[in-house]
Parts: sequence; C-alpha cells; structure tokens
Amino acid sequence: MISTMECAADAQSLISISLMKIHNSRTQRGGIKLHKNLLVSYVLRNARQVYIKEKYAEIYRMQQYEEVMTVCNEIQELNPLDLDAEDAEDEEQAAAHARTSSAIFGCSPLDDGSKEPDPCYYRSCCMEPSPVPHCDQFTANNSSSSSHCNKTTVLDLDTHVVTTVENGYLHQDCCCCDALQCGQGARSPARKRKVEFSCCVSDVEDVSDFTAARKRAKREDCCYSNIDYTDTSNISNLISIFGSGFSGLLSRQSDLEQICSKQVLASLGAWTRAIVAF
Amino acid sequence: MGEDAESPKINHTFLRDYVTEADVISTVEFNQTGDLLATGDKGGRVVIFQRETDSKGESEEVGETGDSGEYNVYSTFQSHEPDFDYLKSLEIEEKINKIRWLPQQNAAHFLLSTNDKTIKLWKVSERDKRPEGYNLKDEEGRLKDISTITSLQVPVLRPADLMVEVRPRRVFSNGHTYHVNSISVNSDGETYLSADDLRINMWNLGITDRSFNIVDIKPANMEDLTEVITAAEFHPHHCHLFVYSSSKGTLRLCDMRSSALCDRHTKLFEEPEDPGSRSFFSEIISSVSDVKFSHSGRYLLTRDYLTAKVWDLNMDKGPVETYQVHEYLRSKLCSLYENDCIFDKFECVWNSSDTVIMTGAYNSFFRMFDRETGRGVTLEAWRESSKPRAVLRTRRVYSGGKRRRGDVGVDSLDFTKKILHMAWHPSENIIAIAATNNLYIFQDRVNPETQLQ
Repeated sequence: MISTMECAADAQSLISISLMKIHNSRTQRGGIKLHKNLLVSYVLRNARQVYIKEKYAEIYRMQQYEEVMTVCNEIQELNPLDLDAEDAEDEEQAAAHARTSSAIFGCSPLDDGSKEPDPCYYRSCCMEPSPVPHCDQFTANNSSSSSHCNKTTVLDLDTHVVTTVENGYLHQDCCCCDALQCGQGARSPARKRKVEFSCCVSDVEDVSDFTAARKRAKREDCCYSNIDYTDTSNISNLISIFGSGFSGLLSRQSDLEQICSKQVLASLGAWTRAIVAF
Repeated sequence: MGEDAESPKINHTFLRDYVTEADVISTVEFNQTGDLLATGDKGGRVVIFQRETDSKGESEEVGETGDSGEYNVYSTFQSHEPDFDYLKSLEIEEKINKIRWLPQQNAAHFLLSTNDKTIKLWKVSERDKRPEGYNLKDEEGRLKDISTITSLQVPVLRPADLMVEVRPRRVFSNGHTYHVNSISVNSDGETYLSADDLRINMWNLGITDRSFNIVDIKPANMEDLTEVITAAEFHPHHCHLFVYSSSKGTLRLCDMRSSALCDRHTKLFEEPEDPGSRSFFSEIISSVSDVKFSHSGRYLLTRDYLTAKVWDLNMDKGPVETYQVHEYLRSKLCSLYENDCIFDKFECVWNSSDTVIMTGAYNSFFRMFDRETGRGVTLEAWRESSKPRAVLRTRRVYSGGKRRRGDVGVDSLDFTKKILHMAWHPSENIIAIAATNNLYIFQDRVNPETQLQ
C-alpha cells in the first residue's frame, strides 16, 4: 500500500533512487534488464535536467542579489557627495531595471560607463575571460562583442533552453528569439520554454516543464540556500561506483565549473545511456 | 509445496500464508479451439488444463450447453530449467515468458514455450492403449527367462488408463542475445517469430539451427540507444505482415515482402505526445507493454501503463479509441516508480468478436471495455469474494466525487495483487485470469456464445 508513502518528487531524490535501481539491477537474477534500465535512465536524464535548471536559477538569484549589493556599495563609496538619496535610489533602480531589461531582451548592450565594473552581464552575447577552462559551445552570431567580452550563448538541444555562460556564472535567457538570433535552428514548439527573470524574485515557474519542479521553485522563491545536501553522500557513494561524470552534481563549485559546458551535458546524457549498454 | 497450479475447483480449503515465487503464473493462453488452456509460471513449469465435456444427455437442461465448461488439470511438465551463461556470467531465468499454441493438425497438440533465451516446441499427446503380450518381457517389463517361453504370441493393443505424454520436439536456442519478450506463430503454420529487446527472428518450426533476423534496432553505439522492442505479433491472416511495439509508445507494421531485413517499417503508428502532461515519468508510462491484433486483423490493441488503445491499421496518426484503465494512478507515479510498480507489464486481450477488450490492473482488479458503448467495468479476481458459480459483481475505485458503498479508495489499493496475464476463449465468453499464483476462470452463462457480427 502506498497511502502513507512519502513521495520524493524532487529531482535530487529521483536521481539517487534511479542510480540505486541501476546499481541493484546488476545483481538481479536473470541479468540486467535492458528495457527497465533504459526507462530508468530516462527518469535520470529528466531529473538531471530539472536539477541543473534549479541550480542555475538559484545561482542566478544569488548572483543578482550579490551584484545589486555590490553596485549599491560601490555607488555609495564612489560618489557619496554627488548623489543625494533620491538619485542614488533612482540610479539603483535604473541599474536594476537595465539589468532586468537586458536580461529579458538579451542582446542589448547598456552603455553606462559610470557604473560598469562588469559590463558583461548586460549583454547576452559576450563573456568575460572566464575561469571556465573550456566550453564546447555555439557562439552567438550577433556578438558585437568587443575583444574583452567572451560571453557565449548555449542552446541545449534537448530542452531548448538558452543559457549564457559568463564569468563561470550562468544566466538563462528567456526569449527563444535569442536562440533564433544566435542561429540555432532546432526548435520544437511543443517544448519551448520562456524564462523571465525579474529583479528580486525569480519567477521560475516557467523554467521547467515538470510540475514537481514548478512546485519546488515556488517554495524556494525567496530562499537562496535551500538546497538539501543530505543526499549528496548517497549520491557520491553511488557515483564513485560508476566512476566520473556525475561529480558536477556533488558541489556547487563543481557545478559552476562543469555544468556550464554543453559538452559535459552531452557526455552526461551519453553516459547515462552507457549504463544500460552491455 | 505447490507442485501444481491451483485449479479453481479444488483447493479452496488449502489456504496459503505466503506465495512461493516459483508458483507465480507468468503467462496464460488458450489454444485455437479453446479446449485447452496452458499456463506457465516463474518456476519454468507449464500446466495444461482441459475443458471437460459432459457425458451426453445426462445433465443437459433446456438452454444449457453440452459442455459443463469446467477446466481440469490435463498435464503438467517442467518446460525450462534455470540456466547459466558462462561467457557472460549471467544466470538465465527459467520463468516462462510466453506460451503459444500451434494450430492443431492431428491428434497431438503442439505448443511453443519460451524463457528469456530459449524457445521449445512441445508435443502433447494422449495414450489410451498399451501393448500387451510381449514374448521376451513380462507385464512389468522385466526380461523373461527364455527357458520359460514355450510359445510365441502376437502383442495386442488393449485399452488402458488415459496417459498424457509431453515431449520436447524442438529446442530453438542461441538465437537471442537479449531477453525474449514475445513469440508469435505465423498463419502459414510453418514459421514463427521471436522478439527480444533489440531483434526479431523468424524461425521455421522444423529447423532449430538457423533463424532469420528480420528486425534489428540495435544502434552501432549502444550509448545511442533510445528505444527497445517490447512486443511483436504476426497478423492473423496475412503471413507477410507483423507488428512490433516499442518502449517509446510507437507501433511498427512491417511487410516481409518488401525486404529481408524489415528495419524500415511499412507503417508507423504513433500518437503525438501531449506537451502539457509531461513529467519525469512520461517515457515510462508511454512504453507499450502488449500489442494484439484483433481477430479480424483490422485493428490493433495496445496497452501502456495507464491506458489501453485501439488502432485502426488504416490510420497511423493516432488510436481510434483510448480507454483509461486506472487514470487515478497518474498522481501516484512517483510512488509507483519507487516501488517498481510503474514497470509492470500488463497484457490486453480481445474477445472473440472484437467488441470487448480486457486488461488487468491492481488490487486483483481487471477491466473490460465495451467498444460499442465505450463504457468500462471493473471486476475482481479474488478468492474471498468469488465462490464457484457466484456472479461477479462490479467494483469501483473511488477517486473523487460521490463515494458509494463498496468503493475502494486509491490509497487502499494493494499493489502487490496485480493482474498482468489473461486470456479470452477464442469463440466463447470464457476468460482466464492469472492473479499471482492463482488462476481464475470465469464464464458468461447468460451469453455463453459470443454474438458474431
């Protein structure tokens, strides 16, 4: 009976459950069942995608918060006398609004030299020299990118979500017109998603197709470090059995470095299929 | 413990506290006349039931058919034994995955039974005479002392107790690398197909050392694997057509006349996915677990986790009818994934006139859908609530709305009691339902003969 069973609908639990199933299937009588393992790998892939998106969203929220605070502090430090409170507020709002609008509309650069310690997050088509070692990505066509900007836009062909890699941080651009501008042809209307990020509260409702993730995102609206890491030790044990490939799920730091790479994403997908290959 | 599968007429007093894994029935199949019913179990045994024909005139009443309709055990034999693949260090289960009867051509009956790797052809024959009067042997078979023989006699055949002999006639081995999920006898009476996860082979019933591979969906790189074959069946009348279903919910109709290797389908039956209902488990619940041609050959019946669908062979854009078997489970998919129930493979069957379809569910429930009215009914195969000759009452699963007395709540369903395997008599309204280790046979006394359209 299932009546009192607690349903672990969040992606991380599903990942660990799926890995456990794959692990157990190796010792099952009759040999590995190809069909069942293939289906489990699909769940694994779906859960992985949702999990990564949730991490992106969280990281983006964190980064936005930090940037706003940084800029505010810098404004106060730089021009404590020139600006009165009202102007500071206006500029702050303008800056926030500019960031919002640029995030929403993507490739419109903001010429604002005065507060530009880091111009790159205004543009979706350029990237700072990033700590990320290498990324196998599609570069944007309309990169009116100046030489110092090397932000790159990535389209995940599985999910048709456009992500921007910058400074090791990730944004999710919303409009799929971005994707079109960036020359990505693959498009499935049924699976298109729009992501809109407002300034303070990320409305991640439209991030994912999955209702479970949606519900989770709503709960995590204003909390930044809500991720439950109690299961990571389980995951890490199982992962060590299977070898490399999933280390990106273990820690946020690894996330930032590895997950941005489409190559890693692709290899994760291929790797999960490799589980069932024999 | 549990040597023979239970006949529903016996063993009501023999209650078991537990179910031996080996006794779980894994396949049920009527032969072409419906007189014989074969079941296979996880222990590799096959039990054949025969329908009793009543003595002429004794208990016939007005309106009652000549057959009493009761099925009794006819024969039991061990079809497959546990095996071991030394090269891969893999154990091969003895569980009987499928049984298919051959059309009867003489007094003997033939059936094919398969486990994960090996298909066997069995001959079931009766012997009711035995030779008596040997010269060199006595009645027990011991050699006689030659000095005692004074005259010669000709042995004669005398009536004896009926004995059913089952002998293996062919063993079709080493044809499959992956697990065999289906076998299907061709209408030509000479060939049959066997399907595993990635390949379908065609065999001649008389040749065991060779088979033709007719479908191969194994990708060059196993990392690119996206779907597997889940079931396959020959067309009931056209010996060149067969269909196979995939884990992605597609059906492929193949014509063997077009090419030797039927990797390219003649027709692809696929229903576009509803993007609004996408979830973590979309791929799992869309996987087709069983496919059956209608008796007419015009329609296909498929079963996926939550629905049963009827497809018209002439229309590949989508099913013509969709029946919700247990839609109330859609919100429970996560729990069902955790306890592995989401991987259960339900079978589906047609009635003889293709007007009713039937499939199994949980809590010992099974469902019948009348295609003409579109209405479905839930019935229960459970010992406590069905005595012999009792009328089956309909059940209902309560999932919102007005609750009636006798309704079962979704959270009260017993997911260990699943009806996966079933069969429908080829011409009468008699159904055989396998519920774990029990076999239930139900008959429609009101309308025993199906009205032919």
